[in-house]
Amino acid sequence: MDARFFTAWIEEAARSLRDGRDELTRLDAAIGDADHGSNLDRGFTEAVRALAERRPATPGAVLALVGGTLIRKVGGASGPLYGTAFREAGKALGETPEVSPAGFAAALEAGVAGVRRLGSAAEGDKTMVDALAPAARALAEAVQDGRAAAETRAGAGRDPSETGRGDGGLARALEAAAAAAEAGAEATVPMQARKGRASYLGPRSVGHLDPGAASAALILRALHTVASR
Amino acid sequence: MKKLINAADSVVTDALRGIAAAHPELRVDPENRIVLRASGPRPGKVGLVSGGGSGHEPLHGGFVGYGMLDAACPGEVFTSPVPDQVIEASTAVHGGAGVLHVVKNYTGDVLNFQLAAELCAEEGLEVASVLVDDDVAVRDSLHTAGRRGTGAAVFVEKVAGALAEEGAPLAEVARVAREVNARSRSFGIALSACTTPAAGEPTFELGEAEVELGIGIHGEPGRARSAMAGARELVRTAVEAVDEDLPVSGDVLVMLNGMGGTPLIELYVAFAEVAGLLADRGARVARSLVGNYVTSLDMQGFSVTVCRLTGELTRLWDAPVQTPALRWGR
Repeated sequence: MDARFFTAWIEEAARSLRDGRDELTRLDAAIGDADHGSNLDRGFTEAVRALAERRPATPGAVLALVGGTLIRKVGGASGPLYGTAFREAGKALGETPEVSPAGFAAALEAGVAGVRRLGSAAEGDKTMVDALAPAARALAEAVQDGRAAAETRAGAGRDPSETGRGDGGLARALEAAAAAAEAGAEATVPMQARKGRASYLGPRSVGHLDPGAASAALILRALHTVASR
Repeated sequence: MKKLINAADSVVTDALRGIAAAHPELRVDPENRIVLRASGPRPGKVGLVSGGGSGHEPLHGGFVGYGMLDAACPGEVFTSPVPDQVIEASTAVHGGAGVLHVVKNYTGDVLNFQLAAELCAEEGLEVASVLVDDDVAVRDSLHTAGRRGTGAAVFVEKVAGALAEEGAPLAEVARVAREVNARSRSFGIALSACTTPAAGEPTFELGEAEVELGIGIHGEPGRARSAMAGARELVRTAVEAVDEDLPVSGDVLVMLNGMGGTPLIELYVAFAEVAGLLADRGARVARSLVGNYVTSLDMQGFSVTVCRLTGELTRLWDAPVQTPALRWGR
């Protein structure tokens, strides 16, 4: 995964957030303030523009630029939170020009940790963390399983690059992450919100999909889409 | 839904152009979205900066001027401003005595102002922050984001602005701001939802015979729904909620605030009830505001904010102020 791959991810995420804009706003209207779709659409559009202008050379620089743009352009809670996620993930990637699945799994973990810290949110609070945290876990597990399988095959005389490192393995690992994010988002429906604006509703927040978890699932699905090309 | 706009995504910028055209005493930057006093920073005076989502007008831009704010940072409709705006505003109003950020307690506002304050500090600009959290409809507990900031923002900005104008140091201005917040409580009731330009339809459904109790200022639904009733009964619900949280007594400053879509005649109908209920509880309405000050676009409804005054707070409330939305004594 190089800088082009990560740039393609953000472009795909921007497309998917634009398509999902009205639905995200509708989800937000139910338990928040009806701005999530338009805010993320605006923020990711700006991020795509910034990437096209600056063309960062490393994956870490791509994510840092995306994070900085979201913090500066989006506002609301989602700007600083998603911005921090991308920035922390970018920092974790360092200056390497080519990221391994394991390296990306660690970066995603760092991004999620940044969101938890800034938002003081834990799993079960009905926030984007409920989609992001399971996705980070699923990715780490898939990467580890892929490696183990590769080692087994290597022991049997096969090329270890077939699984976990090759593109097929990467797509499978990212599929696991996207699926976990989608399941995590769906699991916010019966939750009572404890963070963010939905928390003001108390028990009335139950029965609604959290818009932040929904957008997180879209962003992670975009990653899988790009890897499957 | 009909809206007097050019396009949903240019509402904030277009409105700022209007503010600039209407108020030459302000310097408005529609692109960077900052409203400043045209006179610039006064050396030795603490700068007051506030901000928040748009859609609450006249909050906050309408409170920029002598005796109140030095700058306001409007975000998108119902979306907090970004750190860049707050940093630029803080730098612009810094007169050498530091800057006070007045922040309403919403996750987005808190995060963006916090990031801005950290970056200002790195640049050597002294910033203090005051959190406004007066809304009793939200229980302040570990299970929520904490009480929301609503009507008391107007009181905090007026009183702290007056003290800053007298040349008090940052710590003093922050202290009085916190004191106003601590002595103030609010409760709001909606008769209808509001419609954001981006969504184009009401943020929630409210039947003809229903009201939403304990609303915030972003069209978010409240704590509970109840049957529509007369002004006396609705106002009683609001005043009782305030009184239960912080018993009213002595001289009070009261704001009967419209949410944007309530005619003034109805606000006065409600205020008569507020005054009666406060008198029943042994409190005296020493100062009052009736009108649209912290709105929620076109929402029909009202909020009641009560502040228990002290001699100092009364004096600072009475001090001269000259802003688009509040002006007296000058």
